[in-house]
Amino acid sequence: MMMTIPIHLLFLLVMPPLMLGIINKTKARFAGRNGPPILQLYYDLFRLMRKGMVISNTTTWVFRAGPVITLGATLAAGLLVPLGALDAPVGFAGDLILFAYLFGLGRFFTTSAALDTGSAFEGMGAAREVTFACFSEPALFFAFLVLARLSGSISLTPMLHSQLTTPLAALPIASLVLVAVGLFVVLLAENSRIPVDDPNTHLELTMIHEVMVLDHSGPLLGIILYGAAMKLFVLSAVVLHLLLPVQTGWMAIDWLVFFGGMVAISIAIGVVESVMARLQLRHVPTLLVAASVLCGFGFILMLR
Amino acid sequence: MAISLLLISVAMIALSGVPGLFFGRRTMVGQWIAVGMNVIGSALGAAGLVIQYLHPELSSAVEFGWALPVGRFAAAVDDLSAVFLVPMLVISAAGAIYGLGYWKQSRHPGNGRKLRLFWGIMTAGMMGVVLARDGVLFLVAWEFMALAAFFLVTTEDRKPAVRRVGWIYLVATHVGTLCLLGFFALLRYATGSFSLWQRLGDQTPAAVAIAIFVLGAIGFGLKAGLMPLHVWLPGAHANAPSHVSAILSGVLLKTGVYGLVRLGMLLEHPPIWWGAVFLIAGSVSAIVGIAYAAGQRDFKRLLAYSSIENIGIITIGLGLGLVGRSVGRMDLVVLGMGGALLHVLNHSLFKPLLFMGAGAVVHSARTREIDLLGGLGQRMPRTAALFFIGAIAICGLPPLNGFVSELFIYIGLFKSSMARDSWIWVALAAPALALVGSLALGAFVKLFGVVFGGTARTAHSEHAHDPGAAMIGPMVVLAAGCVWIGILPGGAVAFVCRAAGMIRWTGAEPSGGLASYVPLWVITTLSAGILVISAMVGLWVWKRSKGNVRTGLTWDCGYARPTARMQYGGSSLSQMIVDLFSWILVPRRWMPKLRRIFPGSSKFRSEVPDVVLDRSVVPAFGVIERLLATIKVLQRGTIQVYLLYVLATLLFLLLWA
Repeated sequence: MMMTIPIHLLFLLVMPPLMLGIINKTKARFAGRNGPPILQLYYDLFRLMRKGMVISNTTTWVFRAGPVITLGATLAAGLLVPLGALDAPVGFAGDLILFAYLFGLGRFFTTSAALDTGSAFEGMGAAREVTFACFSEPALFFAFLVLARLSGSISLTPMLHSQLTTPLAALPIASLVLVAVGLFVVLLAENSRIPVDDPNTHLELTMIHEVMVLDHSGPLLGIILYGAAMKLFVLSAVVLHLLLPVQTGWMAIDWLVFFGGMVAISIAIGVVESVMARLQLRHVPTLLVAASVLCGFGFILMLR
Repeated sequence: MAISLLLISVAMIALSGVPGLFFGRRTMVGQWIAVGMNVIGSALGAAGLVIQYLHPELSSAVEFGWALPVGRFAAAVDDLSAVFLVPMLVISAAGAIYGLGYWKQSRHPGNGRKLRLFWGIMTAGMMGVVLARDGVLFLVAWEFMALAAFFLVTTEDRKPAVRRVGWIYLVATHVGTLCLLGFFALLRYATGSFSLWQRLGDQTPAAVAIAIFVLGAIGFGLKAGLMPLHVWLPGAHANAPSHVSAILSGVLLKTGVYGLVRLGMLLEHPPIWWGAVFLIAGSVSAIVGIAYAAGQRDFKRLLAYSSIENIGIITIGLGLGLVGRSVGRMDLVVLGMGGALLHVLNHSLFKPLLFMGAGAVVHSARTREIDLLGGLGQRMPRTAALFFIGAIAICGLPPLNGFVSELFIYIGLFKSSMARDSWIWVALAAPALALVGSLALGAFVKLFGVVFGGTARTAHSEHAHDPGAAMIGPMVVLAAGCVWIGILPGGAVAFVCRAAGMIRWTGAEPSGGLASYVPLWVITTLSAGILVISAMVGLWVWKRSKGNVRTGLTWDCGYARPTARMQYGGSSLSQMIVDLFSWILVPRRWMPKLRRIFPGSSKFRSEVPDVVLDRSVVPAFGVIERLLATIKVLQRGTIQVYLLYVLATLLFLLLWA
């Protein structure tokens, strides 16, 4: 048990940029390119940390606090999620709500920092971010309701491990499949991936996350990129429990399975991004409502 | 002892505006006296509450007859009253001090004295409502409170808009009082006396219980501002002076909530549909209220609609508690009621904070239009920081107090999702609450970002500045309260828990307090952890980039000369949310029609008016007015005819008897 906490922290702190590297590599391969090295984001982060900053003269402390608090909140959320078959370092009854609201805290700071610059582009990004969150949050909570009912617990570790502890015959497979699909959509939306947002585009009129951070530069931009990668990591770790409920009993193998699963999810995201087009902005809410409806059906199927 | 201190406090606060009437129109003496009496009165009341809290075994009731033919003077304080008294004492004192800067007698010679007179009377009326243990006394206090609130709302009665919202409020509050008259009459019929708040016996006929519930729910719901009974609320809050809005929203609405709590306690085993009504009304108020808030262009109307949302959240908690009682689950009662009562306290901290911040902004920038403000974060740094704390707290985000109370309600809802019974639909309020949370975030990011971020859009905002200590001081206290309950919730949780524990039934298994469901120290540690980690990262960045930071224009993809008008405005920010909820908000837009190849200048305007008020209440009252016009035939205006009416009535009564 004592060993899991340092390893958990290690994964949480070190692995996130790798996932983005894998996603980009996958996309490059689909496009027939070689693509940037898998470790590119690490290089970018080191480079950004050494750079200076340009700060808009309209901004206040909110602009500077935004990335920092967002990273802090994401890190705290990462401590609540069990990675693979192992328990989370922190857990209590009701931590799932703290988990969801920590992302809300990050959103509040990111969007406020964006509006602090007075830029119209960043305002558009902030508006989209807060609007789409209104549809992904209910999906997340429906999914939590399903897991809470399945596990009889309201703490993330037992909830996400309920598939390991419940006998196969008693598992509500249909509900879990619906919830997994719904959560995967939420994962894509919350991390601004295709089909909701295109992280590579530089057409500012259509972007969400990238456009909110246009004015951040240097170390602050580095923190934002790192925080975004960590958010992708944490939410993927949640979804992974639904896709790959495996527990071997040997800690080392469990960690390996987890690592493999995360790599697989990154590839899956890369594949989705390669084979799909970005949705029109006005169709995004429809997709997210569909995710909520899927998770809601999952809950209704549990009521037997 | 406790009750005597509280009654002295009531008297002191009630009379706080009276000495000022004897001083001149431009001297500040009267205002200082009023502030002193408010503060001392609140301190005495607080002392009474402390005594009551530490020694609950001491008698805290007083009762004697009076000259009226009905009712008697009966007052008492219990744990539930105490929860509601705390915000009254805090906000009345804080608001009075705030008024020293915001509504100076020397600046407002015309209406300053009136404002302070009714400020005291309204506060005393509210205290009377929660202290009263007699139906007649309750109604008297209730009317004092309601009428004083009318005069407070219409402080600036020279403005037509203010008079209009004042009338709407007056009509609404009297519809509520009418329901409450029926409610107390039926209560007297069912229990045999006017004394409050005894349980209805088991032999109460079902029809009477239903009538009591419906009348009470409408009467108290009107005061609390539950949808669709909220029609009076946004206008009244927006047009009153800001510290009045603060006490209306932070405290006055809570008297309605207090009534709803007592209403729910009337039956030992309420039918489950009582809880369902609360849950549905709460969810509707919360979702629709905050969707309206997101669409508002008026700073204070936005805050007012968000009060409807918060009352909705509180009502969801009450509904959960009621369901818990119906199905015999004490844990749901404690979580629902405790969460709701904690949210009552929390909302009475952050909402007045936000309204006071709004007051500081309006005071300095001279407008309530969100889209005309901007760039105030640099010009009013203190106000901006305090407002930011309030905005995070009201969105229910950790590590501030709004999160703690919502957490308890959420936990209760999730616990109900595990039930194997037919009332599992209760759990559906959890995703609804999640939707509310994210909509609230949208509304308050818009409010904070547009008002305090970016650059100034008008000359007044250009020259805005922080207000003086009299206005900042109370805001600091309220913000400190938000942080305190957020990071160290133990004390406040224990306080509301005692009140929630009153709501038990005979034979209920004793339940641990709220704290037994959530390890509060984890919240404390994690909140502190986030702050420490963020501070460390921030310091690191700051040290790293020291000497290597340049300032420049907002880049914005390469604009050489961005102007204030190129910023994203509040209406644009909320446009997507408003569009997605247009099926209920019914927004109105005036689009320019572009005709020729070179169209001339044109205007675009959009607003989100209140559908319930504009499309149902006002037309309905129009119909009523026309119907009543037919009765006007009787009103002939000559004394002889009226004497004839008197004679006819007397004859009729004689014959009938």
